Amino acid sequence: MKWVLLSLMIAATAASDLLQSHAMKREGNVTETRAGLARLPQILAANREVILSIVCLAFSFFAFMALVQAEPLSFAVPASAGSFVVETALARVVLKEHIGARRLAGTFLVLCGVILVAR
Amino acid sequence: MHSPRTYLLLALFVGLRAFGNLSLALGTKRFPEALSIHPAAYLGAMLDPFAAAGIIMLILAIFARMAIFSVADLSFVLPVTAVGYVLAALLGHVILYEPVSGERWAGAFLIFAGAALVGSTPKNTTVTDRVGQSR
Repeated sequence: MKWVLLSLMIAATAASDLLQSHAMKREGNVTETRAGLARLPQILAANREVILSIVCLAFSFFAFMALVQAEPLSFAVPASAGSFVVETALARVVLKEHIGARRLAGTFLVLCGVILVAR
Repeated sequence: MHSPRTYLLLALFVGLRAFGNLSLALGTKRFPEALSIHPAAYLGAMLDPFAAAGIIMLILAIFARMAIFSVADLSFVLPVTAVGYVLAALLGHVILYEPVSGERWAGAFLIFAGAALVGSTPKNTTVTDRVGQSR
């Protein structure tokens, strides 16, 4: 059961992050002014991609709640980082992000670290 | 260029997520029913003060990450915010008395090194920042 919950959480997290990243890039920089930050709840309520990303996040969240009750937090949280590989690949293909050698090497180091932490 | 505000938001997100997850874990571990077997029990679990506090912190973390996504790539944000996994393991060890082996500390070092490497790359490789938009 824990692997089903983990798989569901990873798929939902990847979908949520892709949708949210795409939507927020289109909204523009909201971090520079208070007015920009104050727009976040409005974006959350009105942007369809963000709303869908929250639905995916809810699936991920409930799977996490079930997982964290049965497994140690120090397993459940790092194991969810399996989405790194999926999301980095999709960020390049879908979001057209430039993933250079340094970013790829850093992501690989983080992935190795997460695997060690999750063991 | 990386603005201090971006790093402040990254730190805020990492802290909110780590303490939110910890609080959620404390709340759900005190709940007697198995959540995966009885989905209706989720609502009951949310009434636990620790679980509720965890949920509030995780909602605030969503807003922080939305703001970060407006100025940074997904492939930048994911590894950099992975330092939260180290913080989660540390909190699990100190507060929940979960064991942390030598392997886990080695993993923590790799996560920090990887996050630092990714943190030195340009945070946005797709579009130029559009400031404000205070509609």
